[in-house]
Amino acid sequence: MKIHEYQAKEILRQYGVPTPQGSVCFSVEEAIAVAQQLGGSMWVVKAQIHAGGRGQGGGVKVARSVSDVGMHAAQILGMKLVTHQTDVDGQLVKCLLIEEGVRIFKEYYVGMVIDRSKQCVVLMASSEGGMEIETVAAHSPEKIHKIWINPVTGLIDTEANSVARLIGIPNAALAQARACLQGLYQTFVEKDAILAEINPLVLTVDQNLLALDAKINFDSNALFRHPEIMALRDLNEEDPAEVEASKFDLSYIPLDGNIGCLVNGAGLAMATMDIIKLYGGLPANFLDVGGGASKEKVAEAFKLMLKNPKLRAILVNIFGGIMKCDVIAEGVVAAAREVYLKVPLVVRLEGTNVDLGKKILAESGLPIISAGDMAEAAAKVVAAAAEAERA
Amino acid sequence: MSILINKDTKVMTQGMTGKVGQFHTLHCKNYANGANCFVAGVTPGKAGQSYEGIPIFNSVMEASSQTGATVSVIYVPPRYAAAAIDEAVEAGLELVICITEGIPEHDMLRTRYKMQGKKTLLIGPNCPGLITPDEIKIGIMPGHIHRKGRIGVVSRSGTLTYEAVWQLTELGFGQSSCVGIGGDPINGMKHLQIMKLFNDDPETDAVVMVGEIGGSDEEECARWIKSNMKKPVVGFIAGLTAPSGKRMGHAGAIISGGQGGAEYKLAVMEECGIHITRNPAEMGKMMKHVLKG
Repeated sequence: MKIHEYQAKEILRQYGVPTPQGSVCFSVEEAIAVAQQLGGSMWVVKAQIHAGGRGQGGGVKVARSVSDVGMHAAQILGMKLVTHQTDVDGQLVKCLLIEEGVRIFKEYYVGMVIDRSKQCVVLMASSEGGMEIETVAAHSPEKIHKIWINPVTGLIDTEANSVARLIGIPNAALAQARACLQGLYQTFVEKDAILAEINPLVLTVDQNLLALDAKINFDSNALFRHPEIMALRDLNEEDPAEVEASKFDLSYIPLDGNIGCLVNGAGLAMATMDIIKLYGGLPANFLDVGGGASKEKVAEAFKLMLKNPKLRAILVNIFGGIMKCDVIAEGVVAAAREVYLKVPLVVRLEGTNVDLGKKILAESGLPIISAGDMAEAAAKVVAAAAEAERA
Repeated sequence: MSILINKDTKVMTQGMTGKVGQFHTLHCKNYANGANCFVAGVTPGKAGQSYEGIPIFNSVMEASSQTGATVSVIYVPPRYAAAAIDEAVEAGLELVICITEGIPEHDMLRTRYKMQGKKTLLIGPNCPGLITPDEIKIGIMPGHIHRKGRIGVVSRSGTLTYEAVWQLTELGFGQSSCVGIGGDPINGMKHLQIMKLFNDDPETDAVVMVGEIGGSDEEECARWIKSNMKKPVVGFIAGLTAPSGKRMGHAGAIISGGQGGAEYKLAVMEECGIHITRNPAEMGKMMKHVLKG
């Protein structure tokens, strides 16, 4: 689960990581009031959306007067901010972070993720702050320093010091660097994060370290023990179809193609998308109905796919294990009737109770195209979608 | 022969009194030699009770010492599942298979750390389990699609594994053992360790290796295969069409920062001499081609 920058900074502050002074605002008036309250002569107006690359998209502006704060706030609030991480239409900006301006001497990168192959938390740090870490990794990997953290001892002082020195933080700021790194690690572990980044971590001209931008992603499987994090969820930032799907415990990801797929199991669902492409079509979505799909769940899955105006055909690919083919077949028939299915439907069933499942489909009276294996199913659905596209 | 489990393996079920645990324990008990293999269940506070004639114990240690079970399968809900693995490791079991999906990653990090230096092997979590056809089935896979034979199968997926197995069975190729290692980013045995076991198993002639986007386990296994594997390997990677930055159902199936993409995995596998196919409907056919060619 993702959260906004202002929320991530609030959490980091609780763990002793210093950030610039600032406050979240939902209107121009609030933005002006916050700027006045902060005082000073420079402010930063930052669009709060979950996607990165906000600066390049025009979502971050520096203001030299309170009236400029108002002007920028008016411009950014309500805009559709397009970045390399949003879709082409952009993301509607509903709130801003107004912060005091900071005089920057040097920028650094610090971040943490879970290293899958070493099976522990890895701290990554670089002197190249402000850039995406992937870019640094691609062009100058020698500038990224890593420390794999022992879960029992945590990030110890000597490790924090050594990383700070390696990325060029001056000795005068070493104690602050330790506080930042250890605070970040504590946040990461205690809040069940799977990614936490301070980028950039800045050294100000008066030798203070501050988290100028922050990003934290949480493990959605651990939210049951973090109601305080769950409360930060912003549904406006999530794809409405994905939100709808999650209500029914369906795993759904919209894609650009026109062939909907409904599959049980994540691996088979991906393989089904792949084979559609291999046969010349394009999948409209990833959809895993999971191991124990009920009739209702299958019906909801159909409704979700049909909300996509580009949809031209549907492929149902089920390998019944725990899930019995007859149950799926009943679900498919009920759903097709309920939603007055108007696009061609190809169904491939295999596994437990397959004959009973096929019989239910055949006797339903619905124009269901049945397929014996994945290859046949893919060929048939691609042909059906192409025909529907021509019609 | 087979890998990891056979008809003489003694198994306990952790979380046997739950709905899921009961359902699958019964199916496993009814498969091949299952009635002799599934000897115990563990649910704290329910010692003395039984399910389908299988006695229930309060702890893994008790179940192990009283029945001789050396393997455990876990159906415990996600928030308690890592602790269930810890208990099985502490009790010194040989093998733990964790079916549970949705365990917090930090829980698994702590559990894997505690497992260092211990003898217990872990399969999963978030996996279908493993099967040695006609001998024993530990997990949630449909037994009837399997057939005894000489092909090993290792996969991160559930239903995609069934797909691979079914293609083999339809073409007349039985399986020595089939292992689902699970779709989580932090798990126990990887493709590599399973591949080594298949390489050493005199009753396995060839292996189907099914992978998916995310991580680098398939590449690590492929590099080992290149210089060590004595048997042909057929490979498939799911997720060629998966977009970057999105978790595709499995917690571990994500391309992040340009890493973990299917094209790269396939390229490494091909370069290492694995017979790859890009068509998930042709895993069996590729095996036939390799063995007959």
